Amino acid sequence: MAEMAMRAAINSALVQEMTRDDRVILIGTDIAGGQMGSGGQEDAAGGVLGITKGLLPRFGAARVIDTPIAEMGYMGVAVGAAATGLRPVAELMFMDFIGCCGDMLLNQAAKIRYMFGGKSTCPLVMRTMIGAGANAAAQHSQSLYHWMTAVPGLKVVVPSNAYDAKGLLATAIRDDDPVIFCEHKALYDLPSAKVEVPEDDYTIPFGEANYVTEGSDVTVVALGLMTHIAAGVAAAMAGKGISVEVIDPRTTSPLDEESILESVESTGRLVVVDESAARCGFGHDVVALVADKAFHSLKAPVKLVTPPHCPTPFSPPLEQAWIPSGERVARAILETLGLDRAAIDAALAAA
Amino acid sequence: MALKKEELLEAYRRMRTIREFEENIHRENTTGEIPGFLHLYCGQEANAVAVCMQLDDTDYIASNHRGHGHCLAKGADVKGMMLELYGKEDGLCHGRGGSMHIADVSRGILGANGIVGAGAPLATGAALTAKTLGTGGVAVSFQGDGASNEGYVFEAINMAVMWQLPMIFYFENNGYGEFTGHDYVVGSKDIAGRAAAFGLPAVRVDGTDFFEVYEAFGEALKRARAGKGPSVIEAQAVRFYGHFEGDPQAYRSTEELESVREHKDCLKILRQKLIKGKKATTAELDTIDQEAVELINACREAAKAAAFPDPATLMNNTYVSY
Ligand SMILES: Cc1ncc(C[n+]2csc(CCOP(=O)(O)OP(=O)(O)O)c2C)c(N)n1
Ligand SMILES: [Mg+2]
Repeated sequence: MAEMAMRAAINSALVQEMTRDDRVILIGTDIAGGQMGSGGQEDAAGGVLGITKGLLPRFGAARVIDTPIAEMGYMGVAVGAAATGLRPVAELMFMDFIGCCGDMLLNQAAKIRYMFGGKSTCPLVMRTMIGAGANAAAQHSQSLYHWMTAVPGLKVVVPSNAYDAKGLLATAIRDDDPVIFCEHKALYDLPSAKVEVPEDDYTIPFGEANYVTEGSDVTVVALGLMTHIAAGVAAAMAGKGISVEVIDPRTTSPLDEESILESVESTGRLVVVDESAARCGFGHDVVALVADKAFHSLKAPVKLVTPPHCPTPFSPPLEQAWIPSGERVARAILETLGLDRAAIDAALAAA
Repeated sequence: MALKKEELLEAYRRMRTIREFEENIHRENTTGEIPGFLHLYCGQEANAVAVCMQLDDTDYIASNHRGHGHCLAKGADVKGMMLELYGKEDGLCHGRGGSMHIADVSRGILGANGIVGAGAPLATGAALTAKTLGTGGVAVSFQGDGASNEGYVFEAINMAVMWQLPMIFYFENNGYGEFTGHDYVVGSKDIAGRAAAFGLPAVRVDGTDFFEVYEAFGEALKRARAGKGPSVIEAQAVRFYGHFEGDPQAYRSTEELESVREHKDCLKILRQKLIKGKKATTAELDTIDQEAVELINACREAAKAAAFPDPATLMNNTYVSY
């Protein structure tokens, strides 16, 4: 088994699924790139970050379809095609552009099965890029998976490493319902997201969390890039005798409530690290779940680490202050352990 | 056309300043000091300048991701822009926006924009304000060939026609939306022709020729100011660099890249016309070139030396803090 970066793993899942099933098509802006340029290279880009590189020459223009910059239009085309026999994987370059295609997801894809009395399915996957950290500013940095999670009829995936990305994308493509697949841009080449990935076909079921680390003192729930920050903190804490269990739900809808509850029942402490939002975010959903179903197991108030309630700033020092940091996660963990501010400062200074 | 010598020299100066600004960014970007995505305007300067020099501060423009030229042409402070690109506190937007979000409403700049095509409805809103309040102002949206396919751009054109707004939709057709050719994504291969079907004057001009743009825009502006409604202009433009800094441009041939610099450089073309028409001497233009270099160098050094924003000010300009 070879190690693969998440970028390659996603590409490999697409190849695998397109080879397996002729009805799988790709559609999106510049997913090939180079149509009617002067260079004669029709697969010039493979998406802005090269994720779909090589797929046009391999599968042909009938299955790798570049679109105009017209998100509402092509997302609607993908939904219609999904409802009538194709299995489109539509790419929305940045999830920030969700406003430009929102209705087709929110009111069309999500509702077809239910509103048609169960007589139709909509096997659509929308792959999209999320996340801050690239100095891309307020319109290219958001992680809006919590919006989609709130919509009945949509499944939502937020992978955190190459192995999960490949297996979850295969599941998404084989699923008969619409799936929003959110790829954090910092994970594509992140060394810690580069893991062993089988060449062979495999799938990872939705609604099954991954235990990133097992531990007994505090449960940390984190998604996507945040799992790497949490894992880093957990490793540092382990050296100090604090045992942190990091749980990556991998899908926000369906959500593996059982694993989260079980873990909190055993540790009695919960920190949620979430890049989505300071209000009404995914993290709040997890906190509400625990308050509702595991309240009596809690030994300390739960802590939520999110960005502040403001747009993602451009300037690097501001952006770094915006993104949930390892230090904030560590503080939250120590708070659940009952340390006061001075003790936390001392503990962090010693680290 | 009755452009005075000073106006012509000023036009040349603005174009030259934009070129120098962008070439500087292109060079400096390799140092890693400029954060974020950068989309350069080199090759398209005649468009922003021939349009914006006919506007004043009560007129609005809405720009796009390739917005440095539009903002500079409309009067944004050069140093303030440079500082913004470097993410500095004293930048035009205090480092909050960066290259894709530069704005200066005091100059009628409704912002560059990270959402392709968003400027068209926004500027149409500014035109509605101008008409409703009777400010006498007009609004212009700058967008590319790629943006011409967004539904909300069509919707904005239709509303501007319905309500006969003082609005000009200026399409800079540089042949590519990112890496994809205009002819592939525009079904009719004709942006102006398609726009004309909405029921407004729509013309195509050579966007490498300052004078042609100046004239066509002047006509549209006259109609808008006289309450005779909106117009569309499609300018055939060229993009010297990649879509963004770092784009290897595998979809463009070296011949094309060399040929646009050689034959379609709006700055060279204007320079030759000014000299040939005896509107300016080589020495006068050389002096302007030199001054532009000095201005940009000074702005760059100021930007490098300037302070970053204090993270404690992260929540400035939010109205609810959690
Ligand atoms: C709604 C939306 N879709 C896609 C993008 C990504 N994107 C940024 S610039 C661009 C190409 C724009 O092409 P064009 O309008 O021709 O402008 P040019 O870059 O050529 O100046 C694309 C697809 C975006 N920023 N916003
Ligand atoms: Mg273009």
